[in-house]
This record gives sequence, structure tokens and C-alpha cells, in this order.
Amino acid sequence: MGANIYKNKKPALIFMIPAFLFMIVYLYYPFFMNIFNSFQQIKTLGGTSKGMIDPWYWNYAEMFRDVNVGVSLKNTLIMMLVTLLGQVGMAILLAIMVDNVKHLKGFFKTVYFFPIVVSATALGLLFNLIFLYDKGMLNQLLETFGRTELIDWKAEGIALFTMMLPVMWQYVGFYFVILITGLNNISDELYEAAYIDGCTTIQKVRYISLPLLRNVICTCSVLAVTGALKVFDLPWTMFPKGMPLKTTFLTGTYMYYQTMEAKNVDYGSALAVLIVVLGFVLSKVVNAIFKETDY
Amino acid sequence: MNKEKLSVGKILVYLFLIFWALTTIYPIIWVIQNSFKAKDKILSNSFALPFGELFTAANYRKAFGNLNILGAYKNSIFISFVVCACVVLFAGMCAYALSRYSFKGSGFLYSLVVASMMFPVYATIIPVFTMEAKWGITNTSSWFLTMISVILPQVAGNLAFAIIVLVGYIKGLPIELEEAAFMEGCNAYQIFFKVIVPLTKPSFATVAIFGFLWSYNDLFTQMFFLRRPEMRAITRLLNELTSQEGTNYGLMAAAVTLVVVPVVIVYIFLQKYIIKGMTAGAVKG
Repeated sequence: MGANIYKNKKPALIFMIPAFLFMIVYLYYPFFMNIFNSFQQIKTLGGTSKGMIDPWYWNYAEMFRDVNVGVSLKNTLIMMLVTLLGQVGMAILLAIMVDNVKHLKGFFKTVYFFPIVVSATALGLLFNLIFLYDKGMLNQLLETFGRTELIDWKAEGIALFTMMLPVMWQYVGFYFVILITGLNNISDELYEAAYIDGCTTIQKVRYISLPLLRNVICTCSVLAVTGALKVFDLPWTMFPKGMPLKTTFLTGTYMYYQTMEAKNVDYGSALAVLIVVLGFVLSKVVNAIFKETDY
Repeated sequence: MNKEKLSVGKILVYLFLIFWALTTIYPIIWVIQNSFKAKDKILSNSFALPFGELFTAANYRKAFGNLNILGAYKNSIFISFVVCACVVLFAGMCAYALSRYSFKGSGFLYSLVVASMMFPVYATIIPVFTMEAKWGITNTSSWFLTMISVILPQVAGNLAFAIIVLVGYIKGLPIELEEAAFMEGCNAYQIFFKVIVPLTKPSFATVAIFGFLWSYNDLFTQMFFLRRPEMRAITRLLNELTSQEGTNYGLMAAAVTLVVVPVVIVYIFLQKYIIKGMTAGAVKG
């Protein structure tokens, strides 16, 4: 019977055309074109190629010579660790705590999730005010605690910390919600059985909640790692052009910098290819890590 | 087991949870209260509430006077609304076809959709810009064409995720209702708009909210396509503000407040759908 309605396939074609047209023209064609572009000579955005670059692998060889690529890869790697430990770790901690208390659960969920809804650009401005040298919120706060010296939060040694803290803070709530949903899916009977056997709360968390959350934690980790490769808004608003002294570049902001500021469009394309490859490889790696230690 | 026993451990847990809640709420309250203060007061006395002598509305007068914040709002809302509408319509139709029609290659088409989620915007933006430059819709003085140049890539960027969410939902709908409609003489288009769309409303809401917020907050695409001052959308305007008025802290606080407060209000009312939408979009990031 159901087959009868959908025997005529012509409507299906019409239903699918707009979406696939969009995806082909705006995703698939540009994606492959971008790989092609990374072997061309393009110096203006929107301009045409001046032919193949010589040698064809120039841009990729350039990556190894370019100190800033090293810097942005190193920073992105640190960012990944921060997102893994800081975001996912903190989210696990918060989710388990909220799961074990009786009051204010809904309130915590609403409030923790809130920063994700706000545009990262606005948060960048907000954190600029908070970290202001003379004197933003933090330095004023430290002053009331008796510190006399002002901290320059954007100085070289500490800039990375200042940049990553807000990024981490913003997305904790996101993983928190995913994890708390996972915790709610764990059947109460398991906890009851553990309670009868005399389990302490810590044992309950260690032997029931965490093992059963494994897949959810794996998903979160993949998202955190690939997400770190794509961060743009907050770092670019707080530390435009990799300042101070190009030490805060991330893969995403460096790609933008090369394309828009340095006018190296072909090199920017090659950096974009690097982002894609890294994202692909790293998500495979994270998946493999979680699979290996199966028990 | 129903009554919660308050031990020292429990109290510590509550304290920690409340501490984290404060870190997410207080910065917003702080920026709002400081948006009503003059610059020197922000720098010396930022924790006081803006009453009495501290209070000034000058920052807001400046924001509305010099910044064209209303124009940026108009641009942002127009872009996000059109993106959201196009995504819902096109993704809905495509998801319906992919989940109800069985034909050769439908599995392949679906995997094309899933694969396209792996393309970060960095990897497509330059060719998209080149393509649109050739069509003459970027860098023009026409407001409408400029808006379109942002809308099109944003629609494409949201479709894949929306299709995946909607396919998951439509596949779970009972086919009997469609059969009944078919018996009554409805054709496929009528079935889609009169049966599928109403039934899929909750999922459409999820997809629509995600699309709207994502487009509203997306700085990267706007940086490429919205170059002229009068065409700037809200996040682009904020970004510009840091470089041009970087030391006018009162104005910055007011601008942040003007951007954040509407979102907060919407969030309070629609939080259930928003949280669902944003986490369903997990795979997108």
C-alpha cells in the first residue's frame, strides 16, 4: 500500500533538486575547487588564477618553512587539549554532580547552556573588557583582594591562556547537556541495585555512570577536537592578526589572516586543505582510542 | 530515598555548581550594569550598580547615534530569517524524498549529504567568493544582492545537518496517515504540505532555531561578504567596533548589551527548543 503512493518517482526528484543544487554548487564544487586552487597562483580574493604555481607543491612545502604554521598548529594542539580536558572534563564533572543532586537541576541546565547561544563575537568584546589591563573586571577584582600590581592579560606569555579560557568556558554547557541527556538514559534499576548492594556515590559514578557514558564521551571528544580546529570568532575578536607578535594564531585564524590580510589566497586555500585533513585524521584517532580500550 | 540528606559533601557539590552558574551569569550582568556608566567609572568601580551619580545613558545615545546599530539589526534579522526559511523548506522537502521514496542511489545521495558535513567553511569560502564575484553579487552597492551573497552560502552550510535531523524524524512517522491522505486523492505535494509538515513541526522548530542562531552569530562568512559599512550585520559591526573604538569601553559595553539582551530574552522563552536544536546540531559544531 505504502509503495503505491510513492510509485511515481517524479515528485521525489522535484523535492530533492533545490537542496542538492545548493550542496553541489556551494559545498562540493567549492570543496574540490579549493584543493585545485591550492596548487594555483591567486593573489586577489575573487580574482582569477595566474596559472599553476611552480613547483606545483610550493604552498605545501611553504607550510613546513612557515614558522607561523608551526605556531598555529602548536596553539591548536594546546587548544584541543584544553577543550578535551577543560570542556569535556569539566562537563563530565558538572553533569555527574547535577545528576546526583535533587534541587535546581533545570536551573543549572538553563544557565550552563546559556553562553553558547550568545555570539562569540559579543563574548570576545565582553572578555576584552574583563581582561582589560588598566583596569578590567579581573584586575579590579584582584585589587580588592589586595594585589597592587596589574596583570597584563594580553602579554606574550599569558595571551594563550587569556584566549583559551573564554573558548573553553563558552562550550562547557554544550557538552554538559549532551552528557546529562546520556545520564538520564541510564536506567534507574542499575542505581537501585547498586544502592541495595551498599555502593557509595563515588563507586556508583565510577562503576555505573562513567562506563555507560563511554559512547557519549567519545562523541563529545570527537566534537571537541574537531571544534578546536575551527574556532575563529572569539580568538579573532580578542587577538586579531595573531597579536601579540603573531603568537596566538590558530589554524582557522591563520587561514583567514593569509587569505584576507596577507592576500595569499592560494596559500590560504592550502591551509584550508590542511584543516580538512587534520580534522579527518584526528576524529579517526579519537575514535580509535576510545575503541581500543574497550572493556 | 526521596528526601535529600545534606552532608558536607553535598554542600560542597552545590557550592561548586552554583559557582559555575555564577561564572556564566555574572559576566552578562556585569556588562549590562557597566553599559550605564561612563568610561572612567567602568575602569575604577565596575562592580557597583549604576544608580545615582554613576548612571548615564550616554553610551546608548552614542550607540544609536553613531553606530547604525538598528541598520545592523535589520540586516542580521533579514539574513537569518531568510536562511532559516530556506533551510526549513529545502531540507524538509529533501528529507521527505530521501526517507519515503525508495529508488536506486538513494543511499548514495544520503551519504553525500552526510559527507558534506565534514567540509569546514574554511575549505569552501574562497571558491564561493570567487564564484559569487563572477556572478556580480559581491562587492556591489545593491543591498539586496549583498544580502543574497551571504544568505546562499549560509543556507548551503545548514542544509546537511537539517536534512539528517529531519530524515531521522520523518522515518519514525507512521505511514498510515499518508496512506489515508492518498486514498482521499492527495498527490505527493499535498501530502508533504498537509500531512508531513504539520507532523514534523517539533523537528522543524529544532532545525529552524539552530539555523537562525547559527546564521545570526556567524562572523566568518560575514567577514568575507559584508564589506561595506551600511551592509554590516550585527556580529560584523561588533567586530569592527573593536578595531575602531577599541578604547571606548562604555560604548563597547552598550553594544554588547544591545546584541546580547534580545538573545537572552528569546532564550528564556524558547530554551527547551534551543537546547534541543543546538545539541542536535552537535555534529555540525
